[in-house]
Amino acid sequence: MDRRNLSLFIVGGLIVALGLAFFLSPLASGSPDGLEKVAGEHGFIDTAEDHALSDSPLADYSADGIENEAVSTGVAGIIGVVITFGVGMLLFASLRTYRSHRGQGEAPSAGSAGSAGGVIGAP
Amino acid sequence: MHIPDGFIDAGVSAGAGVAAAGGIGVCLKKTADTLEDKQAPLAGLVAAFIFAVQMLNFPVAAGTSGHLLGGVLAAVLVGPWTGAICVALVLLVQAIFFADGGISALGLNIVNMALIGALGGYAIFVGIRKVLPSNRTVVVAAAGIAAGMSVVLASIGFWVEYAIGGVGNAPLPTVFAAMAGTHALIGIGEGVITALTVGAVLTVRPDLVYGARDLKPSLTLGAGVQPVGR
Repeated sequence: MDRRNLSLFIVGGLIVALGLAFFLSPLASGSPDGLEKVAGEHGFIDTAEDHALSDSPLADYSADGIENEAVSTGVAGIIGVVITFGVGMLLFASLRTYRSHRGQGEAPSAGSAGSAGGVIGAP
Repeated sequence: MHIPDGFIDAGVSAGAGVAAAGGIGVCLKKTADTLEDKQAPLAGLVAAFIFAVQMLNFPVAAGTSGHLLGGVLAAVLVGPWTGAICVALVLLVQAIFFADGGISALGLNIVNMALIGALGGYAIFVGIRKVLPSNRTVVVAAAGIAAGMSVVLASIGFWVEYAIGGVGNAPLPTVFAAMAGTHALIGIGEGVITALTVGAVLTVRPDLVYGARDLKPSLTLGAGVQPVGR
């Protein structure tokens, strides 16, 4: 019961994040952020170098190949939310696994009692 | 607040990279030791949510914008160690896929926004809670205030890095005043967004808010859910 509610919460939260990323991001202010503004006013904005990956298909939050600017930004946002969630889930799930293999967590009592250093390595 | 390559020299950037790796290493270890089952998907969601909201730049003053950094938000929801990892993950995704925040500056950005933002900000949150009564309103308010202050702290983090390894020749006192002043304004937005979000989660699933776990004695829902001491 608790688990199902948790799944519901996660899915609901993801929908909110995806909605914000797609519908609101095109409306975001395009003004320089605080650091850029300060750098501009104090004469060190020009020391910035081009980003090493500025040719990436999602560079500057616009998806390559989509003409409409708002849609391009929104799609980039959706992809970013999905990537971040996916990598995060993998990372945190593997951290959980790592702990159970070291026997510190609530590892199922049936298996591998007291096996120091599980077979599956650290992330 | 995302530092591009070039603002800070290579030596200081590399030093920050080492510090970031060490700090995140500690966070990974602490998270592996303490993360509860239900927190793993929540942490993924928190990272994804912060990514989304970081895209939403809001105007703060003439010609300037700011966006959520999310350190205190993440820390209050999933704990400081896991929260710092959430922010670092967002920064990594932004630098690699979205050309936002320099690659060589990634360590600087992680130090400022993930380590100072989440760990430093959470310390402020805990400090505020200690001197005020223990209830939901205080949790929400403390999260908002700590979030706002964490933005200023992070901007001072940049200033320290600039003072040590800045490539430009801007006078340090004026850069300090400008960074702290601008980010105090941005911090107001950070505080409002953080308080609203923490308040919303407290309403729907209070049991999921790490920073409020002391409010209700645990109702013992099932095996494996054990309070982690702090």
